Amino acid sequence: MLTKRIIPCLDIKDGRTVKGVNFENIRDAGDPVELGALYAQQGADELVFLDITATNEKRKTLRELVVRIARHINIPFTVGGGISSVDDVNVLLQNGADKISVNTSAFKRPALITELSKEFGSQCIVLAIDTRREANGEWVVYLNGGRVRTETKCAEWARRAVDLGAGEILLTSMDHDGTKKGFAIDITRELAESLPVPIIASGGGGKMAHFVELFEEGKADAALAASIFHYKEITIPELKGYLHSHRIPVRI
Amino acid sequence: MELVIVKYNAGNIQSVLYALERIGLQGCVTDDAELIRKADKVIFPGVGEASTAMGYLKERGLDRLIRDLRQPVLGICLGMQLMCRYSEENDTDCLGIFDAEVKKFTPSEAGCKVPQIGWNTIYALKTGLFDGVPENSYCYFVHGYYAAAGDDTIATTDYVQPYSSALHKGNFYGVQFHPEKSAQTGERILRNFITGIE
Repeated sequence: MLTKRIIPCLDIKDGRTVKGVNFENIRDAGDPVELGALYAQQGADELVFLDITATNEKRKTLRELVVRIARHINIPFTVGGGISSVDDVNVLLQNGADKISVNTSAFKRPALITELSKEFGSQCIVLAIDTRREANGEWVVYLNGGRVRTETKCAEWARRAVDLGAGEILLTSMDHDGTKKGFAIDITRELAESLPVPIIASGGGGKMAHFVELFEEGKADAALAASIFHYKEITIPELKGYLHSHRIPVRI
Repeated sequence: MELVIVKYNAGNIQSVLYALERIGLQGCVTDDAELIRKADKVIFPGVGEASTAMGYLKERGLDRLIRDLRQPVLGICLGMQLMCRYSEENDTDCLGIFDAEVKKFTPSEAGCKVPQIGWNTIYALKTGLFDGVPENSYCYFVHGYYAAAGDDTIATTDYVQPYSSALHKGNFYGVQFHPEKSAQTGERILRNFITGIE
């Protein structure tokens, strides 16, 4: 049976993990490769590396990092952050990334999704959407790391992106992100039930029960989280054990 | 041990090379007919689209070359599908090594998404390729087309329906999942192919 995926996310700046991490059993928690390898060893199903570097050297450091990750880590990984062209993606995939994620650049120029899926196949194109619920109850798309609001409804953009060739949707609820009060179940479920591609939900996971709710009620295919793993509030083995005991199919 | 990875217009080749490095093996990526013919073991990887890939192989005579190989050959993902008789993906005649047809997953009422992306189990394991690999081990899959179960099936996986997650005929082996991305299970299978299969 195909299992639900647990995906730790690592934020990267200048080749280093950004969010403070607290692991005594690795030498250098600032090294994304070492932290990623530890997660892989603990049973993470995939990894996401989100590059927030804004310097001119970005491309070079990211390429070098992708090579190191691909050399050392034996599970699939996605790379995202500022990707805006076929050339960008080609470099990352050629160097060993399994998938890439696009967000603002795809919204501003949706043809990018078509170009990427034609060139590399839908299976490696993840569309990331940041969304927030308006006072009227509508979920709308935000860009530029959540700083820019659009008028576009989340479900409409997701549907269009899938039609253009996106192979997965990484959905982050800005309302839930960082709250540790649970995932955005309604919008996750809406997308999961209406779209033919897997939905990775992100934002709000604080307790293990939230993950059960996400998979059971939200119908998500995968859950992404960062700080709860980085700060060891929940470890991957205990989360997977808990999900298994609640009859959620997971790889153990 | 000369270990060759067939170079063609498909992705994911670098990942296979790195996976071999992790288990202490050096591979060479090439489309040179002589090097491929002389190799002890050949890996035929790939992520991509069937008709484009077959077109490329034919243009360079790699289709006949692969079909005529006598040493152990391991096809991975698209590589395995290309070793089958026919693929529904853009109506493509393939290499015809395995007696199997490649069909598109039809999403079922069970809510299966297409492509299948993620970790699924392999069972009914046969041949030395799976030595030391327990039944129902997890492997990583990414595919929208599948090889139907048949006489050459040496591993089965359930998605929409049971299908071939590995095939074998003579010196040819093929796996639908990605051993290069399937953690320790995948490394064991790669090692079995390199060191265990004669």
